[in-house]
Amino acid sequence: MELSNREVWGLVHGMVIGAFFLLAFAGGLAELYGLRTRWNTEEGIVGRVRRLTVGYWVMAVAAWATVVTGTWIVYPWYREKLAGEDLSGCAGLEIPTPDKCSPRDFLLSNVSGDTSDWHEFGMEWKEHVAWIAPMLASSAAIIVAVYGRRLADAPRIRRIAIWTFVLAFATAAVAGILGALITKVAPVK
Amino acid sequence: MSTAESSGAANDSRIEGLAAAALLAAGSGAFVLGLLTTLAEASTGTADFLQFNDRIGPLSGKTIFAAIAYFGALLVFWLFFRGRQLALRPVLVAAAILLALGLLGTFPTFFQAFA
Repeated sequence: MELSNREVWGLVHGMVIGAFFLLAFAGGLAELYGLRTRWNTEEGIVGRVRRLTVGYWVMAVAAWATVVTGTWIVYPWYREKLAGEDLSGCAGLEIPTPDKCSPRDFLLSNVSGDTSDWHEFGMEWKEHVAWIAPMLASSAAIIVAVYGRRLADAPRIRRIAIWTFVLAFATAAVAGILGALITKVAPVK
Repeated sequence: MSTAESSGAANDSRIEGLAAAALLAAGSGAFVLGLLTTLAEASTGTADFLQFNDRIGPLSGKTIFAAIAYFGALLVFWLFFRGRQLALRPVLVAAAILLALGLLGTFPTFFQAFA
């Protein structure tokens, strides 16, 4: 049982930092949704605002870390051009092979079924839409930090913060699900 | 709705300057990302220009410029709106339009139509 350097970075990007962001979303949403004067004592609001402020900033940092590691560390291994213009280096392979056939080459070659759309639609969407998530997550964190306790009495601003946070999750979820599915078909080895 | 929330609802038709800056910055960052993604697909010159790193390809330039747009817009809007309360609706509409255009520009079926 061993993992290559590339697999470790793939795990750090997707299963550690990225998964943390997605899993923490439910807690962040519940905390913000429940931040209402009539549902909380004053002490409860203070504690909830403190958790929200810290939590949203940590999630924003996690979202930035996920896209930076994904784009600048893992993605170059995914898109290497190793198999030649005609992708003949992938012939006969069942999975991508380092130095011979990258995941991108493998998907485009269709040697393992009809896989080119995983790159042309799946990866193309994932690699771009993912970058919208940290911007929205940071903006949600800023709104929470600016308003703090006042969010409990400002339902419209609270709803805007919730929707900003939900959209950050939605874009991250699209990228995360596509990343998991693409890795299943063509892992970075 | 409680009295406290009712009064809050009356007061939150305006938004703090920094919060408005955050919403508009997210829209601006997304819009720049979508615009560059579509332009890179439509023009090999643009794609080449955005290729700051050969191993990453044009995505390197798109993401660098999108991040600069986000943090730059945040700074500029914050300086411009600092200490002010803005009408909520125009801020929301502008941010939503920019974000929608950004999401459209990063959707493969859309940007690949310009290839």
